[in-house]
Amino acid sequence: MYTQALDIPQQQPEGNTPPAAENPVYQAEFDAKIDAGGFIEPKDWMPESYRKTLIRQISQHAHSEIVGMLPEGNWITRAPTLKRKAILLAKVQDEGGHGLYLYAAAETLGVSRDELTEALLSGKAKYSSIFNYPTLSWADVGVIGWLVDGAAIMNQIPLCKCSYGPYARAMVRVCKEESFHQRQGYDALLQLMSGTQEQRDMVQDAVNRWWWPSIMMFGPHDKDSVHSGQSARWGIKRISNDDLRQKFVDATVKQAEVLGVTLPDPELKWNEARGHYDFGAIEWDDFWNVVNGHGDCNVDRLAARNKAWNDGAWVREAAMAHAEKHAA
Amino acid sequence: MTEQTQQASPEHVEYVLRMGDNALILGQRVSEWCGHAPVLEEDMALANMALDLIGQARMLLTHAGRLEGRGRDEDGLAFQRNEPHFRNLTLCELPNDDFARTMVRNYLFSAFMVLLWERLLQSRDAELAAIAGKSIKEARYHVRHAGEWVLRLGDGTAESHARTQRALDYLWPYTAEIFADTPADAVAEDARVGPAWSTLEQDWMAMVVPVLEAATLSLPARTPFRSHGKVGRHSEHMGHLLAEMQYMQRVYPGANW
Amino acid sequence: MERKEWPLWEVFVRSRNGLDHKHCGSVHAPDAKLALQVARDVYTRRQEGVSLWVVKAEHIVASDPDAKPELFDPAEDKIYRHPTFYKLPDEVNHM
Repeated sequence: MYTQALDIPQQQPEGNTPPAAENPVYQAEFDAKIDAGGFIEPKDWMPESYRKTLIRQISQHAHSEIVGMLPEGNWITRAPTLKRKAILLAKVQDEGGHGLYLYAAAETLGVSRDELTEALLSGKAKYSSIFNYPTLSWADVGVIGWLVDGAAIMNQIPLCKCSYGPYARAMVRVCKEESFHQRQGYDALLQLMSGTQEQRDMVQDAVNRWWWPSIMMFGPHDKDSVHSGQSARWGIKRISNDDLRQKFVDATVKQAEVLGVTLPDPELKWNEARGHYDFGAIEWDDFWNVVNGHGDCNVDRLAARNKAWNDGAWVREAAMAHAEKHAA
Repeated sequence: MTEQTQQASPEHVEYVLRMGDNALILGQRVSEWCGHAPVLEEDMALANMALDLIGQARMLLTHAGRLEGRGRDEDGLAFQRNEPHFRNLTLCELPNDDFARTMVRNYLFSAFMVLLWERLLQSRDAELAAIAGKSIKEARYHVRHAGEWVLRLGDGTAESHARTQRALDYLWPYTAEIFADTPADAVAEDARVGPAWSTLEQDWMAMVVPVLEAATLSLPARTPFRSHGKVGRHSEHMGHLLAEMQYMQRVYPGANW
Repeated sequence: MERKEWPLWEVFVRSRNGLDHKHCGSVHAPDAKLALQVARDVYTRRQEGVSLWVVKAEHIVASDPDAKPELFDPAEDKIYRHPTFYKLPDEVNHM
C-alpha cells in the first residue's frame, strides 16, 4: 500500500528480535524473496541500503516527472491548434500525475513528500538531465514525445516488475498512461514532415538537438555505472544501461526513416555481425556538465520549481488552517 | 438543426461565439498554471479544468463556424481573429495573478455557467443543447472545486483572507458585464436559442452570495465601472494573451499542425 | 513560519458497479472533501471509476508482516475448505 503510515498498532511482543539493520535471519529471508522474484512490501524488513537506494531512485524519478513538466509546458499556451493544445496539456498533466504516484511510492519508505520536495528545491536531489535542455520550437514538443518519452518507456517498462511492490505498481500505472505519449509526439512530427519546408527544417533541427541527449538518458556505460550491479541484484534495475540504449537506437533508426529525418550521427550503421546498429561515441563531458548543473536550463528549471513552491506556501497553509478550524 | 451549413442570424452566431470565446480564453488562462500550482494535486485539478474548457471551446467554436457559414473552423476562429472580434467577457482574459484570484474567478464564472448550461439544455439549437448536456457536468464540478477553495482561502489564514478579499474586490466589477445584455441576447431569447444573460443575475447572486459570506468575504458594492469584452472592447491584457496564443498560426500562415 | 504538510489519504476506486473498491494510490489533502476532489482529479482521468473512497492513511490498521506465519500459515492445510478438494462423479461435477 502506498503509505508509510501503515504503522503496526501494537508494540513488538517481548523477546521478539526487532528488525535491525544487520540481522542475518531477516537478510536471508529477504535475499530468498528477491531471488525467487518476489515482491518486497513497505513494512517488510529490508536492508537499509536497499531502502536508501530505492528512495534515491524513486524520488529522482518523481523529480524528473515534475521538472519534466516545464520544458513541454513552455508550449502549452502557444500550441498551434486547439487539438494539439489539448493533447499537450493532457500529456504534461500526466507527467504531474506520474510524479505524484512516484512520490507516494517513495513515501512508503518512510520519507515525506515535503522532505523530497525540499531536496529537489535545494538542488541536493538529482533529476533527469534531459529536462535541462531548452524547448526552442514547436517541433521540440513532438521530438520530446518521440525520442525522450521513447527512451523513458524503455527505461520504465522493466521497472513494472521491480522488486519493490509500491514502485512496481506505480510504474504499471505510469506505463499504461504513457503509452499515448510517444505516439502523440510521432504523430505531431508526421504532420510537420508532410508540411512546408520550414516545418521539415524545424523537425530536423529539433532532432539534431535532442538525439544525443536522448541516448545519454540511459546513463553511463555499464562499466562506469556506480549503482548498476547492486541494483540489478535487487531487481530494481533489470536491464543494463548499454543494453537498453542499444535497444532504443535499434528501434529508433527505422522510425527516423519513416519520418524522413536524419539522425545526427555519421557513424550510425547496421552491424550484421552484432545484429544491431553501431553508433558514434557519446560526448560524456557534455552529459556530466549538464548533470553537474551547467546545462542551458538547470538554473531556470529549479528557479521555476522554487517559485511555484514558495508562491503556493500561503495556499497550503490556508487550507490546513481551515481544516483545523473546522475539524471540531 | 443538425447540419448547419446554412447561415444563422448574426446574433445567434454571436451568442454561440461569445460562449466559445469565454471557454477558450479562460481555458488559456487556467492552462498557464500547468506546472506551477501550489501543490501537485492542484496542478492536476487545474489542468483538468483547462482541458474541459478547451474541449468546450472546440465544440462551441466549431458550431459557431458552421452557423456562420463562412468556412471558419475552430482553429480559424481561435487563431485568426484580432481582439475586437473576440466576444468573451473581459473577466475571462484578466491575468491569473495569484491562486486566490484564479479560484475566485473560476468560481464566479463557473457558477454562472452552471445556470446558463441548465437553461441551454432546452435550446432550440439542438447542437447547442447537446453541448450543454456534456458541459453542464463539467461546470458543476468546476463550481464545486473552486467553491471549496474559495471557502478555504477566505476562511483560512489572515493572509489568505486578505488575498481572497483583494481578488474579489478586483474581479467583482467585471461581473457586471456578464448580465449587461447586448442585442444578441434579445434575439437569442426570442428565437429560444438561449436566455438573455441578464435574466440569470438573480439566480447567480442567490448562488454565489451565501458562499462568499460563508468564506467570510464582504461583497463589494456595485460601481459604475463596466467592461465591454462581449462587444469586442477588451482590456489591455487581451492583446498579449492573443499574441502568445496565436503566435504559431500568425508566424506560419496556412501551415497545418 | 511553521510548516505543516497536508495529511496523506489512501484512495480506493470502484471501477464499475458490481466490483469492490480497490486501492489505487494516495494523495495529500488538507481535509476529507478536498481529498475526494483531488482523488477524482488524480485517479479518474481516464474513466477509471464510478465511486471513490478516501481514508486518512493514519487510520488504516495493518497487520504485522512479522506475524505472517501465525496469521496466515494456519489456513494452509485446511484444503477441505476448497471445492476442488472433493472429487465428484463427472455427471454432477459442476456442483
